[in-house]
Amino acid sequence: MYVAVKGGEKAIANAHRWMADRRRGNRQQEELGTAQVEEQLGLAVDRVMAEASLYDPELAALAFKQASGDLVEAVFLLRAYRTTLPRLAETLPVETSAMHIERRISATFKDVPGGQVLGPTYDYTHRLLDFMLLAEGEVPEPARAEEALEACPQILDSLDAEGLIEQEVDDGAMPYDITRDPPDFPVDRATRLQMLARGDEGYLLALGYSTQRGYGRNHPFAGEIRQGSVEVEIEVEGFDEPLCIGEIMMTECQMINQFAGSRTTAPQFTRGYGLAFGRNERKTMAMALVDRALRAEELGEPIQGPAQQAEFVLAHADSVEASGFVSHLKLPHYVDFQSELELLRRLRRGYVQQHEEAEASSSEASPAGQESLRTAVEEAAQ
Amino acid sequence: MSHRNDVANGDAMNTGYNDGYNFAYLDEQTKRMIRRALLKAVAIPGYQVPFGGREMPMPYGWGTGGMQLTASILGADDVLKVIDQGADDTTNAVSIRAFFERVAGVKTTTATSEASVIQTRHRIPEKALTKDQILVFQVPIPEPLRFIEPSEEETRVMHALEEYGVMHVKLYEDIARHGHIATTYAYPVKVDERYVMDPSPIPKFDNPKLHMNEALMLFGAGREKRLYAIPPYTRVKSLDFEDHPFEVQVWDEPCAICGATDSYLDEVIIDDAGGRMFVCSDTDYCQSRSGSEAQLYDDPSHDGQPLDRKPKSAEEMA
Repeated sequence: MYVAVKGGEKAIANAHRWMADRRRGNRQQEELGTAQVEEQLGLAVDRVMAEASLYDPELAALAFKQASGDLVEAVFLLRAYRTTLPRLAETLPVETSAMHIERRISATFKDVPGGQVLGPTYDYTHRLLDFMLLAEGEVPEPARAEEALEACPQILDSLDAEGLIEQEVDDGAMPYDITRDPPDFPVDRATRLQMLARGDEGYLLALGYSTQRGYGRNHPFAGEIRQGSVEVEIEVEGFDEPLCIGEIMMTECQMINQFAGSRTTAPQFTRGYGLAFGRNERKTMAMALVDRALRAEELGEPIQGPAQQAEFVLAHADSVEASGFVSHLKLPHYVDFQSELELLRRLRRGYVQQHEEAEASSSEASPAGQESLRTAVEEAAQ
Repeated sequence: MSHRNDVANGDAMNTGYNDGYNFAYLDEQTKRMIRRALLKAVAIPGYQVPFGGREMPMPYGWGTGGMQLTASILGADDVLKVIDQGADDTTNAVSIRAFFERVAGVKTTTATSEASVIQTRHRIPEKALTKDQILVFQVPIPEPLRFIEPSEEETRVMHALEEYGVMHVKLYEDIARHGHIATTYAYPVKVDERYVMDPSPIPKFDNPKLHMNEALMLFGAGREKRLYAIPPYTRVKSLDFEDHPFEVQVWDEPCAICGATDSYLDEVIIDDAGGRMFVCSDTDYCQSRSGSEAQLYDDPSHDGQPLDRKPKSAEEMA
């Protein structure tokens, strides 16, 4: 066939084979193992798990490798796998208060019960390239405390005693499940948080940032950011106590924001909340900012910034949906394009005709204007 | 990691076409959920039914809605045809057909008349469909009012109240500005005198085929998680005005390959000098005509070109 965009199965197979070769790269170099990815590119693995909504470091590492390090593609691979998994049980809500703390900081209190724990972080590093890594230098072991940290209370709970901060109340309702049911706008906060939790980090970061620059401004304080492992529990028939089936690494961020109060509510602090699989601090902070921005309507604040518009924010947060729809522009559209061509030619014929008529009538009146008008019409017809 | 792949093997219909995956990829619970939504859609023609769309192993925007519908209605005896832009051999049509061959093991065909299920993107086949066929459309934006009112909350209310004035205003503005209705594809229709519906980005040339069609027509939007339907023999009217009636595209010349004058033609650029030719977008229609209706070319009024699929040169066209 002569139509260039038509291609057979063979072309597709060969294209994929070429891509696999590109991924492998120079065969003189050792192949990258998924275990290396899992261990040494952990933050990429964590981001893939968070946005794919599947906690499985091994498969996330595989997706990362398979996608040649393209995070959006890796998220898509893992998400597509996730959707085929049977649902065997539902866990109890994870108890982040009982987290085995690895890092825990608060920007609102100098000292807090349980202490500030800096943990592993790039914060305060000088962003100077470490040429030792280029030379494959070894890294010293970390310093270790003699005892493990005990679980410590949520910092925001200590403000609760005074009633300075709004209480989050569990109304006991079964949360809506965005992985099983279609979104039905307007959606409640639990649903919003689900959508933000799998939302693209870059997108949430930009939106969160926009609220700081005045588009729906509401000054936040990082009340607490904690990172560590939490137990995952399920209830099993025949056992009185829930059973722990494993631990997962999570990051949680509680933002505190001002609130002027209303006729029915005293002035108090309100919260924005972020939670993600793995070590995903930037993501959870951005998520908390956006969560708080989306509460504008509920709290009776004027909706002025894009980050406060729930349908806009939520409908475009998912990178799998967004990248799919943007990339579909690569698919042939020549049927629709043909329709537009036909219309455009018709409209231009009408335009030229109209101007010729105008030209004819104006040439009688002023011959001088004739030449320039003809030039304009000819240019338009090119 | 074979233990990772034992997906849904509790399902009764695991056929083992692609070990690990259920027949037609989706698990039976999901397919049932989609079929229930489809029944609702058939009962309320043109109404957008929300459904719990799943991720598919193809990108959103590439036909995941259509694929989920096809997967849900496909049986082992079905014969599947997949077209994109009217053609069976466009890359994405090839990819989707290969997918169902792999995960469902169904027979596939390129002949419109032999297919029991046809999944399509952007076209309705030229050959009239029958009551034994189902046409599944891939839909990018199911909401016809979306580009007038971006909020889903608002458009749902507009549908409920049959508030479609804005759509007519939009069409009117086209006429006022251009002298024509400037919508050439995804041209809005009213289904069974009730719901205004987006027929997916088919050219408006195909709109008349929606009306009183014998086949069941299903529409799936995966990313937007909506599906809708036009049951057989349903009245479907393209929106228009009395003094600006709906009309379809016409071409000045026949298909350069088969000579058809009644089909949708694609423009193909054939040389650097801007030379072009027009050929059927529906490849099966074109092939069946050029194969079995060679007598067309014996017509003395025709230019007598030999019957092969070689395109004419620019000089010949001119």
